[in-house]
Amino acid sequence: MGSFFRSEEMSLVQLFFQTESAHYCISELGNLGLVQFKDLNPDTSAFQRRFVNEVRKCEDMERILRLLEKEMLKSDITIANGTDSDRVPCPRDVFELESTFEKLEQELKEINSNRETLKRNFSELREIRYLLQMAEDFFEQAECQLSVSELPSEDSITLTSSSRMVRRTSSIASTTGPLKLGFVTGVIQQERFLSFEKILWRLFHGNFILRHAEIQTLEEDDSTEKSVKKVVFIIFIQGDHVRRKIRKICEGFHASLYPCPNSPGARKDMRTNVSTRISDLTMILKKTEEYRLNVLTSAAAHIRRWNAKVTKMKAVYYTLNLCNIDITQKLIVAEIWCPVPDLGMVQTALVKASEHSGCSLSPVMNRIPTNHTPPTFNRTNIFTTGFQSIIDAYGVADYQEINPAPYTIVTFPFLFAVMFGDCGHGLLMTLLAAWIIHHEEHFCQLKSELIDVLVGGRYIVLLMGLFSIYTGLIYNDCFSKSLNVFGSSWSVRAMFQPQGPWTNETLHGSTHLQLDPAVSGVFSGSPYAFGIDPIWNIASNKLTFLNSFKMKMSVIIGVIHMLFGVTLSLVNYFNFRNFKNIFLQFVPEVVFMLSLFGYLVVLILYKWCVALQSDMAPSILLLFINMMLFTYEDSQEAMLFSCQKPVQIFLVVVALLMVPWLLLAKPLLMYRNHKNQVFGNRRHNQSGGPDMDTDFAAEHKGDMVSMTDVFVYQAIHTIEFCLGCISNTASYLRLWALSLAHAELSEVLWKMVLHVALGVTSGKGSVLLAVIFAVFASLTVAILLVMEGLSAFLHALRLHWVEFQNKFYKGSGYKFTPLCFDSLMRVQ
Amino acid sequence: MAEHTFAISMAVVTLFWGFVGGVVPWFIPKGPNRGVIVTMLVLTAVSCYLFWLIAILAQLNPLFGPALSNDTIWYLSQHWS
Repeated sequence: MGSFFRSEEMSLVQLFFQTESAHYCISELGNLGLVQFKDLNPDTSAFQRRFVNEVRKCEDMERILRLLEKEMLKSDITIANGTDSDRVPCPRDVFELESTFEKLEQELKEINSNRETLKRNFSELREIRYLLQMAEDFFEQAECQLSVSELPSEDSITLTSSSRMVRRTSSIASTTGPLKLGFVTGVIQQERFLSFEKILWRLFHGNFILRHAEIQTLEEDDSTEKSVKKVVFIIFIQGDHVRRKIRKICEGFHASLYPCPNSPGARKDMRTNVSTRISDLTMILKKTEEYRLNVLTSAAAHIRRWNAKVTKMKAVYYTLNLCNIDITQKLIVAEIWCPVPDLGMVQTALVKASEHSGCSLSPVMNRIPTNHTPPTFNRTNIFTTGFQSIIDAYGVADYQEINPAPYTIVTFPFLFAVMFGDCGHGLLMTLLAAWIIHHEEHFCQLKSELIDVLVGGRYIVLLMGLFSIYTGLIYNDCFSKSLNVFGSSWSVRAMFQPQGPWTNETLHGSTHLQLDPAVSGVFSGSPYAFGIDPIWNIASNKLTFLNSFKMKMSVIIGVIHMLFGVTLSLVNYFNFRNFKNIFLQFVPEVVFMLSLFGYLVVLILYKWCVALQSDMAPSILLLFINMMLFTYEDSQEAMLFSCQKPVQIFLVVVALLMVPWLLLAKPLLMYRNHKNQVFGNRRHNQSGGPDMDTDFAAEHKGDMVSMTDVFVYQAIHTIEFCLGCISNTASYLRLWALSLAHAELSEVLWKMVLHVALGVTSGKGSVLLAVIFAVFASLTVAILLVMEGLSAFLHALRLHWVEFQNKFYKGSGYKFTPLCFDSLMRVQ
Repeated sequence: MAEHTFAISMAVVTLFWGFVGGVVPWFIPKGPNRGVIVTMLVLTAVSCYLFWLIAILAQLNPLFGPALSNDTIWYLSQHWS
């Protein structure tokens, strides 16, 4: 038998290697993926370990790599999927990579900060350009509304210098004297503009003129990297005092103020100046961007390889932290768990690694016996991995305990199928699983968690679909319709005259009539050859028959599944050479279960196989209850077979006797063994002296305490088993419940969705049918496949984890986690 | 023929699942997966046969018959033998 039926035999091996070859050896073992390193320094905290600095350095490098990757994603640079270099990472590589990374990080930081500054300057220059443009338009408007005056101050407008304005001065009447008009120009965000205007009105009561215009092309706000709409404004005001106030307000609103010269000539000069500066800056920005892209692209070619290297190095240093570094600093001692069949491979790998590193001495492997429990290792292939993982999710098996996974491969999909039971839906599920399996590699690369779960369980889904097709054929349920392949066993014609009681008048008299199997010819004597007879699908009392059938089926399947579980515990006892337990635990458990629930199954089968008259058939449930209560009626009709009463009394008494056997036999035996041991020791060491007595007294007290433990544990086990038998058998009734729910949902979808469309006889019916079919299909997938599938999956899993495994499974081991670079890479 | 249908179907199905669970395992080639494949075959045969057996035994001696509507009865009396 392969290792899949129980854990592989593991051995504890001591490894001695030289410090120089340590990196190579550990990397080689990591590539192999077959050994698990044991922690030889469990008392030291993470910060006290020897290689903690190196681990920190590796983590730093990982941080830089992540930063680089983020920058690359931002700039849409494709990262090449590099091939993994087989070169073993050594300490020299650490230093090399470290310096490379630091240089890269510095460069990138510099480039980024330069880019920010340049962009800010650029946007400022653009704002100034717009400002100057708008100012031209404003001044053209302004001359029409302001009086003309020649002003001495620099900030004032000189309107007379423009020739157009000279022509207009005569048309403008100036009643007051010369006015000192100053102006302020700036740019503000559009959303703040309204409140800005309101505050100005409140402060100056309209003693100003505000003109504004939107900047048509959007600017980029540097801090948020979003495009923000900005507005150019120009305020005409009187006096310096007001100007200072306005400056303060603009600061408060984060409006940028720019100086604007008065004369149009100066403005034109400024505009040309700004334009040249803008074009220069654009070129500089382009060059900076190109340089940045170059740096990132050259890094992108190597980044995958660097990632792999850094991960491997970190793993190697982490493993070195687990080893024992010898005092003389020349030798490293490691303890590993390794499966016994693979010891040879590990030896060759170590020899190869030490040759590669150029060391003179090859590493020494020394197998040591140990009392520690080894980790549990089950070798799985892609098919069995899924099933092993659902077992491990509940609890990893103890070392060398029987592994429920190989049986779960069939029983789990079978129990699912009993609850799912529709060959149409099963076919859909099988096709889906086959499609996923066909496109395995493509799906393995998608990183979504939900898809990962489905892809990981693709073989489970395939088996669930195949079994569902089979149980669907037996339930005779295909999208809630039945198939009539062999011809029904029920004949309606036989109910009519002259054989049966019906006439045409009976038909007119009532809407529903029931066939009577007692009338000859109605039931052909041979049931439908494969599955449930198709006539039940069109009968109105279908559920009465199906419920009785499915409930009894659930009980039979449940009792057999549980008996299988108890039998597996027998295999465990044989394996651990625990023959006492066979008599102390296995025998009473099996007898208890068989005498009560085995008898129930026999009753069910007997009632099915024997022809009874319907009005005299006793109910099995009542029979069972009366059996437990020891109440019997005297009439002959209440029994299924003769001498049933003494048989039942015997069985119940036997079952009741099993309870004290299970409860007391094992603890009493252990108690007697311990007492003999203690007395034997006492007699043996009578001459030992008085100081020995105190030791033995303590030991004796210790034994007494543990005897109480044993008694309590056994009592708990007995109660759990006996009550569990009843509750677990009832728990299997969920097989009936879920298959009923599925069948009813399926029928509702047919009757209320598809049937409605098929019943329309006019020409529009075809269009309606197409639409309704889309609705039918999506509801089938969403409700019946996804929801019911998940529900049945969950309940089948619960039946395995609780009802099946609590008969034999301890599940308190720990899993074998080898140092494996492949799985580390895949996690990345 | 009708009386023997039960015996025929019983024999055929029992033989089939007996073949799958009892004969095919001897022909599985030796390899690392032989144990798992044999376990799968035996368990499949046992569980599928059991399920079919329960279905057929439940219908062997029916205590009551199906209740049909008038239209169904009329249709069946014409079209089914």
